[in-house]
Amino acid sequence: MLGRLTFEAFLHEPSQNFAVLMMTLSGLAILGWITYLRKWKYLWDEWFTSVDPKRIGIMYIVVALLMFMKGFADALMMRLQQAFASGDVSGILSAGHFQEVFSAHGTTMIFFVGMGVVFGLMNLIVPLQIGARDVAFPFLNTVGFWLFAGAANLTVISLAIGHFSTAGWLAYAPLSGLEYNPGEGVDYWIWMVQIAGVGSTLSGINFLVTILKMRCPGMTFMKMPIFVWSALCSMVLVVFAFPILTATLVMLTMDRYLGMHFFTAGGGGNPMLYINLIWAWGHPEVYILILPAFGIFSEVVPTFSEKRLFGYTSMVWALILIAFLSFIVWLHHFFTMGASPLVNAFFAVMTMLIAIPTGVKIFNWLFTKFRGRVHFTSPMLWFFAFVLNFSVGGMTGILLSSPPVDFQVHNSLFLIAHFHGMVIGGLLFGFFAGFTYWFPKFTGFFLDEQLNRYAFWCWLTGFLLAFMPLYMLGFMGATRRLDHYEAATGWQPLFVIVAIGAVLILIGALIQFFGLFWSIRNRKKLWAGSDPWNGRTLEWAIPSPPPIYNFAIVPTVDQLDPLWAMKRGQLNLFNQPYEDIHLPKNTPIGLMIGFLSMTFGFAMTWHIYWLALLSFLAIIACIVIRCSGKDEHAIIPAAEVKKMEAAYKS
Amino acid sequence: MSDSLTIHHTREPFPDTSVPDPHQDIFSKTTLGFWMYLMTDCLVFATLFVTYAVLRHNTFGGPDSRTLLELPTAFIETLILLTSSLTSGLGLLAAKRSHRTALLGWFALTFVLGASFVAIEMHEFTQFVHAGHSWTRSAFLSSFFTLVGTHGAHVTSGLIWMCIMMGQVFFHGITVANFRRLVLFNMFWHFLDVVWIFIFTYVYLIGVL
Repeated sequence: MLGRLTFEAFLHEPSQNFAVLMMTLSGLAILGWITYLRKWKYLWDEWFTSVDPKRIGIMYIVVALLMFMKGFADALMMRLQQAFASGDVSGILSAGHFQEVFSAHGTTMIFFVGMGVVFGLMNLIVPLQIGARDVAFPFLNTVGFWLFAGAANLTVISLAIGHFSTAGWLAYAPLSGLEYNPGEGVDYWIWMVQIAGVGSTLSGINFLVTILKMRCPGMTFMKMPIFVWSALCSMVLVVFAFPILTATLVMLTMDRYLGMHFFTAGGGGNPMLYINLIWAWGHPEVYILILPAFGIFSEVVPTFSEKRLFGYTSMVWALILIAFLSFIVWLHHFFTMGASPLVNAFFAVMTMLIAIPTGVKIFNWLFTKFRGRVHFTSPMLWFFAFVLNFSVGGMTGILLSSPPVDFQVHNSLFLIAHFHGMVIGGLLFGFFAGFTYWFPKFTGFFLDEQLNRYAFWCWLTGFLLAFMPLYMLGFMGATRRLDHYEAATGWQPLFVIVAIGAVLILIGALIQFFGLFWSIRNRKKLWAGSDPWNGRTLEWAIPSPPPIYNFAIVPTVDQLDPLWAMKRGQLNLFNQPYEDIHLPKNTPIGLMIGFLSMTFGFAMTWHIYWLALLSFLAIIACIVIRCSGKDEHAIIPAAEVKKMEAAYKS
Repeated sequence: MSDSLTIHHTREPFPDTSVPDPHQDIFSKTTLGFWMYLMTDCLVFATLFVTYAVLRHNTFGGPDSRTLLELPTAFIETLILLTSSLTSGLGLLAAKRSHRTALLGWFALTFVLGASFVAIEMHEFTQFVHAGHSWTRSAFLSSFFTLVGTHGAHVTSGLIWMCIMMGQVFFHGITVANFRRLVLFNMFWHFLDVVWIFIFTYVYLIGVL
């Protein structure tokens, strides 16, 4: 009846039991609070069933921030373990639990935090920047989000019921095969990644069509804001890369569930094939995450330098080139596999080539500031920190791209320091800059600037303390995923510094969460108006927060930075009459599909086949029901739109 | 597609752009989106093909493609599937002329052809398994069953889709939305043909000859 699910699945180590208890209690507290405030109907009508990309974007970011707490708790546990577990001290975590923690940390941060903030910001910004009222497929958008949320929930469930994978965030074969990992952990991993991945593919298609088809009149490709360009390139990568992940996971599933021999050590299987396939997706994936961050900085820097972006065309081509090159460098993740020198040399050269377009971008941002009027707001502070960390991380990346060097530091903490420099210093700092920059657009008020600055300095010093010593440790021979090391190595002082850095980052993150609540509390004092930063692009031309239809009149543009042109009187953006606006109606089916996917993944993990079949059939039924209905739209008549606009203006 | 802006902002007589808002040009958006979905699916198949290419000689003492596969069966399957593409295309032409009965007839024929394709494939698979050549035997057989089976699963889901669509056409007639779905279905069905031609060539022809 319950497959392999037994009472033992609920038994864990004391530390994990405590975490599960706290999680359950805080979850219940939140549910109780919502019930007490009688907000369920509001949440259901306005958020859970919403097909408005602005709402979906905010929900993406909320889920991503919640998952960030979980992923960050994992990171803290690892760093504290390593600070103490030297010589005779065994530390707070057992070796097995430590493996679960590092697997969960990577999976959570990449799939649920990284992808969450990327899709969240794109949902918020892309339709506004291209002058559209919606995305191309609003229903697909909710399905994509709820698949993402369902998969994220499955991660949280795995904390309480059973164990998470111990095979690392990419579940390398043959370690992830049935022979070496017979438990439920890898199955949890497979299903959460598979569900989230399918959601990402659907959202990728959606945004690609949105950008290709729904730009406002006059916005040709070379007049698109750079953030939209970065989203376009990133989504092209999603559409090209995620199917590879899907197919690879299907094959791993077949190995584990049907006893096939794709990646097994015996039976003629080829484990290195798995490593190749997973990185053929995995390398583009890191560019999927970083390209939107480039886009964000390309919006932030010109606005706060009061100057047009330097070298727009070269910026666009750099994005395209990076997107292209990202597909022919995957082998640099395993130079040590033993491919011929010629093969390694090809991938090394391709990897080094990426430094050129990336360097072009860095210089373009710097030249944008040159002789501009630079405002030292917190988004710009994140930008400065980004340039520092990203350049250091990029240059160590170039070191790693050389096979002889890579043979020395492969799988060492040097590598960890490198890619955290890219992901934290690049994506996360970019997200913070974008979050601060666009926050007033969607709420109407600023984030508290002073608290932002405190958080920034904690993050920056914390980051440097937490990751610079890792470069040294890597050179000293410390490998990744160490739960214990000998005292004679002399690494402990550096690991202690690293742990202090992690705690500083924690303080920074806490200040940010506090700042969010503080700003919401004091929103009247922090009121921003529709265009607080002297914006250049279309999103600042409409009220903040934007009306449900975004643009009462679809704008017409003829150049880059159309809002600046309008402010100078060179362009009349809204030269059309008011018209009836069609908006899609809310639907709960996206939520239902997400929930059913979660139960499907859970049932498959525990081999509860009747539940899996039931969930699968229910998903099909949901899709059929949705497709059998008429295209559901609500109409806001032109007169109503005019009235609403007048209310916004006054 | 020449210029997305003109398609999107002029009121071309597409079936459902009679609504005043140009953002409601569902037809061109949906066909483009579906085309992209097909390309992602194409990449799934590409990955499976690559895997098959890497693993096809890893027979681990079991049968290889030369001793296992039979060309005549695969050839008959090919003929059936290609014919079904023709009939589904004729069905779409009937829909364009608003001939509901002809449309349903062509689609019924397509369904029969598709179902017999799946039946032959199932028969082939069962034979292999009964002879002791199941997917657990070797990496070659794992990749064979997965590649060909994934295509078969696509055809099966196409059959289910066809049933639902015939029901929709039967009850609601050839509405704007139904016509759009017929177009998408045809794209899907032809795409499966293309994939099958690659499977026939690479797995069967090259595997046997």
